[in-house]
Amino acid sequence: MPGSVQSIERAAAILHVVAGAHGTLGVTGIAAAVGLAKTTTHSLLRTLLLVGFVEQDRSTGHYSLGAGLLRLGTGHLDANELRARSSNWADALAARSGHAVRLATLVGDQVVVVHHVFRPDDSAQVLEVGTIVPAATTALGAVLRAFAAGSPAGLADVRARGWAAEHGERQPGFGAIAAPVRGASGLVVAALGLGGPLSGVFDGRGQPRGPLLGMLTDAALGVSRELGHG
Amino acid sequence: MAERYVLAVDQGTTSTRSLVFDRGGRMVAVRQREHRQHFPRPGWVEHDPMEIWANTQRTAAQVLGDVGGGGDVVALGIANQRETTVVWDRATGRPVTRALVWQDTRTADLVTRLAARPDAGLVAERSGMAIAGYFSGPRLRWILDHVPRARERAERGELLFGTMETWLIWNLTGGPDGGVHVTDVTNASRTLLMDVRSCRWDPDLLAFFDVPAAMLPEIRPSVGVLGVATALSPALPIAGALGDQQAALFGQVCFAPGEAKCTYGTGSFLLQNTGTELVRTRSGSISTVAYQLAGEPVHYALEGSIAVAGALVQWLRDGLGLIGSAAEVETLARTVADNGGCYVVPAFSGLLAPHWRGEARGLVAGLTSYVTKGHLARAVLEATGWQTRDVVGAMAADSGLSLPALRVDGGMTTNNLLMQFVADALDTPVVRPMVGETVSLGAAYAAGLAVGVWSDIEALRRNWHRAAQWTPNPARATALTAEYPKWERAVQLSIAWGAP
Repeated sequence: MPGSVQSIERAAAILHVVAGAHGTLGVTGIAAAVGLAKTTTHSLLRTLLLVGFVEQDRSTGHYSLGAGLLRLGTGHLDANELRARSSNWADALAARSGHAVRLATLVGDQVVVVHHVFRPDDSAQVLEVGTIVPAATTALGAVLRAFAAGSPAGLADVRARGWAAEHGERQPGFGAIAAPVRGASGLVVAALGLGGPLSGVFDGRGQPRGPLLGMLTDAALGVSRELGHG
Repeated sequence: MAERYVLAVDQGTTSTRSLVFDRGGRMVAVRQREHRQHFPRPGWVEHDPMEIWANTQRTAAQVLGDVGGGGDVVALGIANQRETTVVWDRATGRPVTRALVWQDTRTADLVTRLAARPDAGLVAERSGMAIAGYFSGPRLRWILDHVPRARERAERGELLFGTMETWLIWNLTGGPDGGVHVTDVTNASRTLLMDVRSCRWDPDLLAFFDVPAAMLPEIRPSVGVLGVATALSPALPIAGALGDQQAALFGQVCFAPGEAKCTYGTGSFLLQNTGTELVRTRSGSISTVAYQLAGEPVHYALEGSIAVAGALVQWLRDGLGLIGSAAEVETLARTVADNGGCYVVPAFSGLLAPHWRGEARGLVAGLTSYVTKGHLARAVLEATGWQTRDVVGAMAADSGLSLPALRVDGGMTTNNLLMQFVADALDTPVVRPMVGETVSLGAAYAAGLAVGVWSDIEALRRNWHRAAQWTPNPARATALTAEYPKWERAVQLSIAWGAP
């Protein structure tokens, strides 16, 4: 077994002290509590500050646990936050592609639609926010499962090429493509997809038509950047 | 044929944005620059007009560069923060003081004095609006009273007055070197100096506010060529200008009587087109000019302003720390099924439409030990829905027009729970357009219409596409109608609480 990494051990000790002190300690107090030189402690604190694991009160200089650390445990991004952050990209994607746009995320094993922009033809459509779509037969589901922990081997191709397609498997005549959206951590937090009549989305050889795939992946990248990725 | 683009400048309260739209009404480029907010004393809010002019030039030049130099950009439209007041020296182009922003309350005492005069009824009668510090005329008067030698210089014709669109158009068309001094009719209608029927400066109102006519811009239609923006490009016509809320109405293509939009931001502004007849209001909405196409009659609108909408969610985040981001309010609200009997009236600095009670103060009503932060979050969102119902009710009483659907825009439209609540509370479908940038789109539409990028308003209507629709649930609508009197009671309590 390899030895432990000293700086991680020291950072963990500092975090324990910061958590216990409830915002009453500055660098001198923390250095004393963990038994390190003040300069060493200071440089470790600076790094923890950078990654958002601690915060510093501007007036007192005292440290407390950072929002980044608190968010770590909750594991997933708030679905409503996801909708608010993706809205401009999703609207533009629907307007430019002429297709309906959906953003979905995993809640447990279920694929839940968190944002839906209508196909821009003013036909009667029903808002699908909050509905569950099948994980097995949709492009949205394929992307989310492909990039989830312990993803099935059958989805290796989706992982490799970075997008998934659906050719009427869920609903005859309906086609869709979807691409991953990544959060600040780099993990896939959602899938962005566009869909419509099969012949509108795919050409005769079953490939996404013209610029659709580029528009989709650009938008997915745009949302990812909005979420702090890359 | 090469694509033809339209440039829009959205001169807002916190930033100046330049956007380029294509003929489909789709945004193809955007640049933005914030300007400094000056708070020299409590209640005073100022902007530096020179900074805003520099930001306009800079963002416009950038965005023209983004679309290949601007050769295909055929018109410029301007939308602006309303009622913000600038006075400058015609010879040097230098403002005599910083701009007095629409949020600035320094004219309160002046307005109280003016309103007490026996002839004060003239203001509402001619301008269509009750005398209030909210409008630009009293700010102009304040500058004339307080800036050394301003009045005598204005009377000699050395100083010019304008709202932000006037200031920018004058600079864009040459400034001291032949700049065009004009205002659009929607901005002029919010000075309290214009006769709302004839749409001309009213000599009696000028006398009432003691404002020299020599410093006033010429009033022009919102849609029509105003001058050439030589500061940007040798042949780019400025062909449209509107106040920002009127621009949003235009961008939402609300051209028929009854059609209405609501912009849900920090506050909310609901405008309903009432056609070419001015509606006299009794129920707390105000009559305002919606827009005017060159050579056509003026279209009017009813307006309802809500001071606190998104600001209440910000308070939940920053004041109470119950949520980490504005969007999380929906997550918190969905932890419970209803408001648990809790109501929040966000009268942080009084209530605007339809109550107009400056003394009202906010309250949380109906607290029991059952109420959790989830219920509070729901009550916070519902407050915006209930306030929308207050305003729509007042407008219906004033105009007699039914509301076929409410077109919405602004940041809060990503809140699904709120949008469904609004649909249920109004028992009216709520629809969101594909292009959320309705203010700048409206400015682009006005300018493009004037130069023939679009043939007529029907062509603009065809560009409007629905991105989402919230349909009222009949059972919920009935239940909310039964619940509405509770909200009204909470509002009355907030007014009573703030009474001296």
